[in-house]
Amino acid sequence: MSKPFATVLESGTSLTNKTGSWRTMRPEYTRRLPPCNVTCPAGENIQQWLTLAQEGRFYEAWQEMVKNNPFPATMGRVCYHTCEKTCNRGQLDGSVNINLIERSIGDMAIAKGWSFVPVQKHTGKKVLIIGAGPSGLSAAYFLRQMGHDITIYEDHKLLGGMARYGVPKYRLPRNILDAEIKRILDLGITVETNKKVEVLQNELGKFDAVYLATGACLASKTDVEISAGSNTMDAIDMFRKMEDIPDDCPELGEKVLVYGGGNTAIDAARTALRMGAKNVKIVYRRTFNKMPAHETEIQDALAEGIEVLCLRTIASIDGNKVIVSKMEFDEESNTLSKTGDTEMLIADSVIFAIGQSVEDTVVQGISGIVVSDKGVIDVDSQMMTGAKGVFAGGDVINGKRTVTHAIGYGKKAAKCINAFLFRQTYNCEPKHEVATFKKLNTEYYKNEVREEVSRLGDLSFEEKDVSYGSDKVIFEASRCFSCGNCFHCDNCYSYCPDNAIIKHEDGSLEINYDYCKGCGICATECPCGAIKMVADDK
Amino acid sequence: MSSLTMGGRFGKNTTVQSAYDRPNTLTSGHRACQGCGEALAARSAVDAAYRATHGNVAVVNATGCLEVFSCVFPENSWNIPWMHSLFGNAAAVASGVAAAYKVQRRENIRVIAQGGDGGTTDIGMGCLSGMFDRNDDVLYICYDNQAYMNTGVQRSSATPSLARTATTLPDGEYRGNEVHTGKNVPEIAMAHGIPYVATASIGDLHDLETKVAKAINIRGAKYIQIHCPCPLGWGFPTGETIRLAKLAIKSGLYPLFEAEHGELVGSTPIEEKIPVEDYLRVQKRFAHLFGKKANPDAIGVLQNLANKNIKKYRLGGMSDE
Repeated sequence: MSKPFATVLESGTSLTNKTGSWRTMRPEYTRRLPPCNVTCPAGENIQQWLTLAQEGRFYEAWQEMVKNNPFPATMGRVCYHTCEKTCNRGQLDGSVNINLIERSIGDMAIAKGWSFVPVQKHTGKKVLIIGAGPSGLSAAYFLRQMGHDITIYEDHKLLGGMARYGVPKYRLPRNILDAEIKRILDLGITVETNKKVEVLQNELGKFDAVYLATGACLASKTDVEISAGSNTMDAIDMFRKMEDIPDDCPELGEKVLVYGGGNTAIDAARTALRMGAKNVKIVYRRTFNKMPAHETEIQDALAEGIEVLCLRTIASIDGNKVIVSKMEFDEESNTLSKTGDTEMLIADSVIFAIGQSVEDTVVQGISGIVVSDKGVIDVDSQMMTGAKGVFAGGDVINGKRTVTHAIGYGKKAAKCINAFLFRQTYNCEPKHEVATFKKLNTEYYKNEVREEVSRLGDLSFEEKDVSYGSDKVIFEASRCFSCGNCFHCDNCYSYCPDNAIIKHEDGSLEINYDYCKGCGICATECPCGAIKMVADDK
Repeated sequence: MSSLTMGGRFGKNTTVQSAYDRPNTLTSGHRACQGCGEALAARSAVDAAYRATHGNVAVVNATGCLEVFSCVFPENSWNIPWMHSLFGNAAAVASGVAAAYKVQRRENIRVIAQGGDGGTTDIGMGCLSGMFDRNDDVLYICYDNQAYMNTGVQRSSATPSLARTATTLPDGEYRGNEVHTGKNVPEIAMAHGIPYVATASIGDLHDLETKVAKAINIRGAKYIQIHCPCPLGWGFPTGETIRLAKLAIKSGLYPLFEAEHGELVGSTPIEEKIPVEDYLRVQKRFAHLFGKKANPDAIGVLQNLANKNIKKYRLGGMSDE
């Protein structure tokens, strides 16, 4: 066979040249944990439901929400949304309005009557839950879905715990709370209200496990001298009366002082305004920036005309004369001391909101259960108290006292109790690395500045309607960066100089390591940090 | 997701490059360096032309990186009719190919001539000017990586002012490639009055594809110059190629514009202008402009060039008008 000079080889495609052998680093698709999900006390997969909401798949978005939290409409109102504080978009043009999207989809679910999938499993195990607050109801919801028989004892007249007796209705309308509680009970849960458990020991034998979610509903004691005839009350008692006997609301008068700096103090002050008080002042012992109340709550209170008197403690109350001591606060040593000066304030009533503590009579006499120095019940990593089969969570244990945390505790307790019922221990799955702002390439996100929505309404108990319509939900959800998880933007595929990324017809992507030279363009240009470069030791 | 990405699951404003069934006219296995901007530019441009002509495209390639890495005998990376002759004659060969198609009445087959900046602005200049002069029905694409890269980074007439190359090594008073040398070939092409001239960049694939698709179906001579960062020749990490291209656009040093029959008809305004320093500092070819011994005027010289571009090509949007 004779061939012309220099064509001794058959010509062919360069595909025979596997350039993957050049590589020292290799790209890998990865999943990183978005900061919103990391910080959510209820452990919601926020990014996932935002993704579904972007596509207008609201029912699926709601289903994703209730995988971790049975109260979306409630949380969309009362949650302090730590997710938005850590949202990476906050470093560009304002965080995604996650809380309002949750509220809007939660409202949609109530309006459309979406219900939970009926429970199919039946284990025959019986669990008693004491306290129908957010934590107890959350635990009930998850345990019921696991197929257990649930009984709830609640010593109040109505269900909801602090979500009802601690959050005023201008922040959380009761029809919303009632609808979300009913949806949980519809799963088939036995409830007994007005039932106070006096001796827990008597109940233990009847159930396979007990979850104590009795909360912290005792107003903390103070050393203020109060003369007879002075109109004083605890905020928590005032809220309870307003719920249970609305016709017999306490008289506050025109001038009201609220003592305390937390969210309850703010709620009490704003409630006083709505009950007709003309002049409401908050007395707080430390400096303004030390107030434990959530920032937006404080701003709303100030906007409504409430005054905050900082660095003051109430010494005595005699009729309408309130003597306050002026305080000094040393930032460095974090110590508070009296200056010796006092002043007199005039108030028709004084509301105390200086903290709540746990009523521990229920657990007295049960061997093993330890009440710590802080007055809360000690639990182990499985959320179990010292008594076998008795678990505790929510405000009754040591931790942050918010509705969101309570729901998170309820979920975790449910998992631990479920494990216990099958003689196992609950182990949390290992978490992915966090998708920090540094891991993103924000070049590819269009600038869309966050639009602030004020929830401040008029001075009534009606809530201001700020929920988004579906178009706004889609727009706002679309501002999500999808931090750490591929959203199929195709940058990696488009930019690879070596065609070493394969895009399938269904849009899925795959790296072809036969040709990938490991340049790293895909990882640099990935907007959401879903590709990592790792050393290739082939 | 509202974003400026190449593709996206909502299918809005997506590029040819993001399509799962893109033509891949330049296939894998080529020997371009890691992170090669030119390989990406060539695939993007020829794919766009392929799409716009329903596959009726033939390519003539000048000698250069692109030719060397894509056809190492006996292998070839091109999935289309492709030929290579000499370093300097791509424009002339392409003119011949176009003439042959014309004679055969197969003018539906569109012809691309392509080469690097060396083969275009230096060695191929005569043939290129002739092609423009005759208004031959060819789209000439210059992949501009601003030096002779595969022979070892020697200066070309497209090398930017003050850049270090193997033949413009900074030494004492000499600060690298002389300022006010070199050729602005898009302007030279415009001076020929040809139907279409454009600049593009791999930092903006949407724009690149649009320009190629538009040019390929125009009858007569067309010229597109595409900015292709070169990790090896410019000295930056291989993963930063696209980022560098974007920085060049944002600094004003690589203006993106279109001209028809010698007149500027459009330009891409810079959305977020950056100082040239942000673009220069990340490249080793400009490293001598920074540090203690550096002449502080040097950055100013390049900033002036960028400012001139911004004014001349109206990159400042409405505010600069």
